[in-house]
Amino acid sequence: MLRLLNIELFKIKNSKASKVLIIMYFALLSMVALLSVIKFDIGPIQFHLAKQGIYNFPYIWHFNTYMASILKIFLLLVVVSLMISEYTNRTLKQNLIDGLSKKELILSKFYTIVLLSLASTVFIFVMSLILGLVYSDYNELSIIVTDLEFILAYFIKHVAFLTLGLFLAVLIRKSAFALGAFIVLSIVEGIFTAILRWSLKLENWDTISQFFPINSMANLIVQPIQRLDAVKTLSKQAGIDTAYDYGVGPLNVIVVIAWTSLFVYFSYKILKRRDL
Amino acid sequence: MEKILEIKNLDKRYSGVHAVKDCSFTLEKGNIYGLLGPNGSGKSTMLGMVLNVINPSSGSFEWFDGKVSSHDALKRIGAIIESPNFYPQMSAVKNLQLVCKIKEIDESNIDNIIEQVHLTKFKHYPFANYSLGMKQRLAIASALLNKPEILILDEPTNGLDPQGIHDIRKLITDIAKGGTTILLASHLLDEVEKICDHLIVLRSGQMIYEGKVDEIFTNHGCIEVIVNADNTKLNELFTGYDGVNSFEQTSENNYKLELNKEINTADFNSYMFKNGIALSGFIYKKEKLEEQFLKLLKN
Repeated sequence: MLRLLNIELFKIKNSKASKVLIIMYFALLSMVALLSVIKFDIGPIQFHLAKQGIYNFPYIWHFNTYMASILKIFLLLVVVSLMISEYTNRTLKQNLIDGLSKKELILSKFYTIVLLSLASTVFIFVMSLILGLVYSDYNELSIIVTDLEFILAYFIKHVAFLTLGLFLAVLIRKSAFALGAFIVLSIVEGIFTAILRWSLKLENWDTISQFFPINSMANLIVQPIQRLDAVKTLSKQAGIDTAYDYGVGPLNVIVVIAWTSLFVYFSYKILKRRDL
Repeated sequence: MEKILEIKNLDKRYSGVHAVKDCSFTLEKGNIYGLLGPNGSGKSTMLGMVLNVINPSSGSFEWFDGKVSSHDALKRIGAIIESPNFYPQMSAVKNLQLVCKIKEIDESNIDNIIEQVHLTKFKHYPFANYSLGMKQRLAIASALLNKPEILILDEPTNGLDPQGIHDIRKLITDIAKGGTTILLASHLLDEVEKICDHLIVLRSGQMIYEGKVDEIFTNHGCIEVIVNADNTKLNELFTGYDGVNSFEQTSENNYKLELNKEINTADFNSYMFKNGIALSGFIYKKEKLEEQFLKLLKN
């Protein structure tokens, strides 16, 4: 495993585009911390975002993982461009001739995905912990460790998302088309969900749509805005019920892990069947 | 002799194209094989299959007597297929370091190999900036990194200028002298004739010849001699010499002797002299592989 990871990291280390994208990704990830300095002080209107409860434990785990997830597109670009450039430069073929098996090749990409996701997860965990310790109104250990499953969900979501990127890159072999396939897949899922909900008028449409790949990943960490005290208060005044299930569902975790396994398996199967 | 590669009934069909048809042959250690065939005869497909980049439709192959898996075997092989494929943004050194990581070999040999292919001055330049000749030399360096037991070269002089062809040919000849088994696929018959001792000839995916280079020659050229002597005596001497198949008188003192095996010209001259005949002129015309190859393809 270390050998395969070493090979792939060597390729990333010597790829300017990948290095720039990774540095940009972690720089943007740090911006989540910079939200804490958003402060307005215009006469009677005083607003300090950090004081609105977004950095309170345990809410911070949910808020930060949700916000940081939006940026995973940068890692997707790294994974897709690395795989596609192997095709265009025909280095994939050369790697095989040099003695890497097709299985090892897919595994080396997958291990890199796991490593990138892990690095991102550790980064967001440490940053959230620091922000929480600075700004949270509650610093008791029992509260700090509550909702930590969002960190695990963040990791699983990243691995699944990037593995889908790998699968599409192996399948399509063109960067633009592979990224376009993501959008197409999201639209197709949306159309299916709409058919289930409005055309077939199924009451439990969401029970079915939760098994769709992109939907299942999105459901791992749902939006945290409705949990904000300010939003709750405003909704209450407007008579809107804001109660919702925001937890990380075990079934959801299983579905996403199953999709991840299928993406890795089919990436290997496609590569194995293909003549290079 | 130790088997390096054994191919059994290897067959490849693409949609509508039968690229390789039921080929079987064995490569033995220490020999230099030439893989010949016109464009589209299946040479690259054949090499692609034994190098794990193309899936055979049927048949099998075994590296090193089947003692290792095919992808482990590739770590003991050096191969260049068609154009050199490297990471364009990486230098020669970085690309070779990566090959070492894949092949699980020590990186200490990189500088020596780079020197061997005359790339020392350019070793830190990105591969993308290399000329075709430099790229080809880097590919050979990469193939030599693991001190391979067999070197597979598919058109290694493709697209090179005459100087580049000369350099690569010399490099291959030097490697061959070191005792490495070589499988060389090439259009350049002159190159194959000079380097190889065994031939495999493909036509439309079918193997039409496999054997020693010498054995492919149905005749071994001719000798043209100029001699002023009695016809009966000459007839007796020419027909009595081992290697002369037939002869004809082309003009008054000129004779053309067809050979059925290679002869030593000095021996022939001394044989005639010992029998009281002094040759005034002597030209040995050896048949070229190209002529034999074309004959074989026509048949």
